[in-house]
Amino acid sequence: MKNQHLDRFEIRLSGLGGQGILTLGKVMGSGLALGQGYNVTQTQSYGPEARGGASRSDLVISSEKISYPKAESVDLLIALSQEACNMYYRNLKPGGLLLIESELVKQPPVNNFLGLPFTSLAKDKIGLVQAMNTIVLGAATYLLPFAQQKVIRKNLEQILPAKIVEINVKAFNLGYKEAKKNFGDPEELWKANSVVVPDEDTDYDSI
Amino acid sequence: MADIKGTQLIHEYLRHNKKFPHVFCSGCGHGIVLGSLIRSIHGLGLSKDDVCIVAGIGCSGRLAAYVDFNTVHTCHGRALTFATGIKMAKPGMHVIVVMGDGDSMAIGGNHLIHAARRNIGVTALILNNNIYGMTGGQCSPTTPAGANTQTTPMGQMEQSFDCVELCTAAGANFVARGSVFHVKRLDSMIMEGIKNPGFGVVEIMTPCFTQYGRKNGFKSPVEMFHALKKNVVKRERFDEIPEADRGEKVPSGIFVQKDTPGLEEKFYEMAARCQGGK
Amino acid sequence: MARPKKKKNKEIFALGNEAVVEGALLAGCDFYAGYPITPSSEIMEIMAQRLPRIPNGSFVQMEDEIGGLGAVIGASLAGRKALTATSGPGFSLMQEHIGYGCITETPLVIVNVMRGGPSTGLPTSPAQGDVQQARWGTHGDHSIIVLSASNVQECLEMTIEAFNLAEKYRTPVILLIDEITAHTREKITIPNEAEFEVFNRTLPTMPPEWYKPYEETVRGVPPMPAIGSGYRFHVTGLTHDVNGFPTSRPDEVRELNERLFRKIDQFLHDVQIVEEIDTEDAEVAVIAYGTVARSAELAVKQARDLGVKAGLLKLKTLFPYPRKATEKLMYRAKTIIVPEMNMGQISREVKRVNNGQVSVRTINKVDGQIITPAEILKVLTRV
Repeated sequence: MKNQHLDRFEIRLSGLGGQGILTLGKVMGSGLALGQGYNVTQTQSYGPEARGGASRSDLVISSEKISYPKAESVDLLIALSQEACNMYYRNLKPGGLLLIESELVKQPPVNNFLGLPFTSLAKDKIGLVQAMNTIVLGAATYLLPFAQQKVIRKNLEQILPAKIVEINVKAFNLGYKEAKKNFGDPEELWKANSVVVPDEDTDYDSI
Repeated sequence: MADIKGTQLIHEYLRHNKKFPHVFCSGCGHGIVLGSLIRSIHGLGLSKDDVCIVAGIGCSGRLAAYVDFNTVHTCHGRALTFATGIKMAKPGMHVIVVMGDGDSMAIGGNHLIHAARRNIGVTALILNNNIYGMTGGQCSPTTPAGANTQTTPMGQMEQSFDCVELCTAAGANFVARGSVFHVKRLDSMIMEGIKNPGFGVVEIMTPCFTQYGRKNGFKSPVEMFHALKKNVVKRERFDEIPEADRGEKVPSGIFVQKDTPGLEEKFYEMAARCQGGK
Repeated sequence: MARPKKKKNKEIFALGNEAVVEGALLAGCDFYAGYPITPSSEIMEIMAQRLPRIPNGSFVQMEDEIGGLGAVIGASLAGRKALTATSGPGFSLMQEHIGYGCITETPLVIVNVMRGGPSTGLPTSPAQGDVQQARWGTHGDHSIIVLSASNVQECLEMTIEAFNLAEKYRTPVILLIDEITAHTREKITIPNEAEFEVFNRTLPTMPPEWYKPYEETVRGVPPMPAIGSGYRFHVTGLTHDVNGFPTSRPDEVRELNERLFRKIDQFLHDVQIVEEIDTEDAEVAVIAYGTVARSAELAVKQARDLGVKAGLLKLKTLFPYPRKATEKLMYRAKTIIVPEMNMGQISREVKRVNNGQVSVRTINKVDGQIITPAEILKVLTRV
């Protein structure tokens, strides 16, 4: 399966310390970089804010060489806490998408957002609250028009310790399924975003 | 080389390409330590190639240059860190560290207690002359209270370190104290120290007439040796002396002797497990 | 996107700090000693995992950075390829031993992940404030090699380079990276064995009794045996003669000090590594290093799109300062822009080379934030 050509696509994952934001960034980044072959830079909040409180991980994804490694204007903002949502929604670029934890972000700052109760899903359907971030990964994989479900899932299986692979694959599939059920066609959602180049572009393998 | 003795034996181990004479003043005890060290190494039958002498800075630091082993003259206070690297890199090497009192307990105090805690397999000889000799006679962490030095012209006001207590508390595997007057005992202490696994310390009381004795009431180096004879007593005898009568006396002998394996042994055992269990 | 080649190299998604470890191990590093400090600690943590698993590898955590570098020097003298990593405050503590490494000609690599300073400063934010400290931090006049890396792949490559130069020239080599690159994850390619060179120190070939530890050679770099290999010699931080024994004879002192400079300075073409991007016809050129060079690369590209003849000289060697490459740039360019996360440390060197031929503009930022492409582009398009 061919990769869609990307100029520069930025994702910010944000939430509370302990929600697995940094692991989520690492897993998503390595799936897109090693699995799908994109150029990816992943940076993260580091230091005092990484110990409890807010946590953040940024991904820049491109088919081209990435010069500037930090996220500047975000295409997809995933906010798993009210605080993170308040802090970062301003970085969302016009046409970008906001995905929230609908039970933890009680007051979304914009009207146009997507939400799922990730924590409850993890508790009720998976039986393991720590699997929440993998559900988010599944949902994000559905939302990202260039992410390939099989590749990301395979990478997830390779990167995680054998003991927890099964439960995480279950969580990943749940996230993907829930997103599909609730969010509708991702192509439609991204129409306003000019970064995603239509699939007809065939010149992308030359770099 | 079994039949050679005395200075002949010493000469076997001195460097012939080194431009002698040495830097030590007359009456200095450092040469006696060097002789004792050579006899101990010879007595243990160690190959010259398998011995590494690591020295700090100061009069004691100069010892390393004179002897025909692998020798490293390091930075002030840091000899133990270099020795740690050498021992970890070459665990088969007998690493012997020569330091002074200021070198080991002031600027290098942190390295000393951590080498003891870490139990790295090196043997440290601490040549304690109660003064910074090479820099011109300033107060050191073992200068006795009241002593007159260049930086304590009205008398030393601080407490001084007891090297044996310090190293014992820090967990050294082997702790001993000797003096350059009691040479036979010193020979056997150094030998025991080198043989013992893990971190070993031998504190050696040695006089510095030039920088300490002259300013503190000693008329000649000989008087300082007499003082050593009188004041450095076997620990068994020391314990019998009532506390009030101890005065300037210090106990000597072996205070700690444990056979806990050194860090390097533990590390390579662990590494072998890691590599075997792949 | 690169299509899979015939034999695909291993790719990993790694932090800059992880890439340093990968590079070091590829270069043959088998010893690490150090002390934890943000933002370099991952290097030490991963080394603690990896070294026990390779034959002869050893690792020790010391009581401070002074001890860390001391152990590294000891291990190197005993024949190991040794690494330590640190950041600003720890780097300052190491300075005394760097000088010892220089005068005893001990190969070793120090990675300094630069963070905001002075003092404890901004422990988790990037800066480039240790550039001149790397060059001049230790006391006494000395020559030293300082390298830098601007992305994760370069962290791997420049660490290999650092070990090679250290071994080749028997000198401490300092690799400066900054907090951003150290903590950015990127896809990197692990080169195959055939794709890079590993240089090991020259061992003596004469019998031990003929060996003079610090004798002049064609390259100015004497052969170096390991402690315990049968060559018993004296190593000292005192100025020494060819036999390694302390001396204060002016002729011997001069000979040693001059050789320590000469052994590096006569091979500048080998030591000075730069990367030129669009410089052939550049009328305005950026000189940058570290993560800032990434921003500069994008800014140059954007300026070209706007019709400005811009170029970039990316410095991978900071010292000895790449004078020739800078002069070449100045033949054509009318303006040189030097963006740095400090108040002007490499721009100082650029101005020294300049002699008033061109206008040197600096962009300085010391707020713990990276210089963005937009900030460089603004200056590029205005001059």
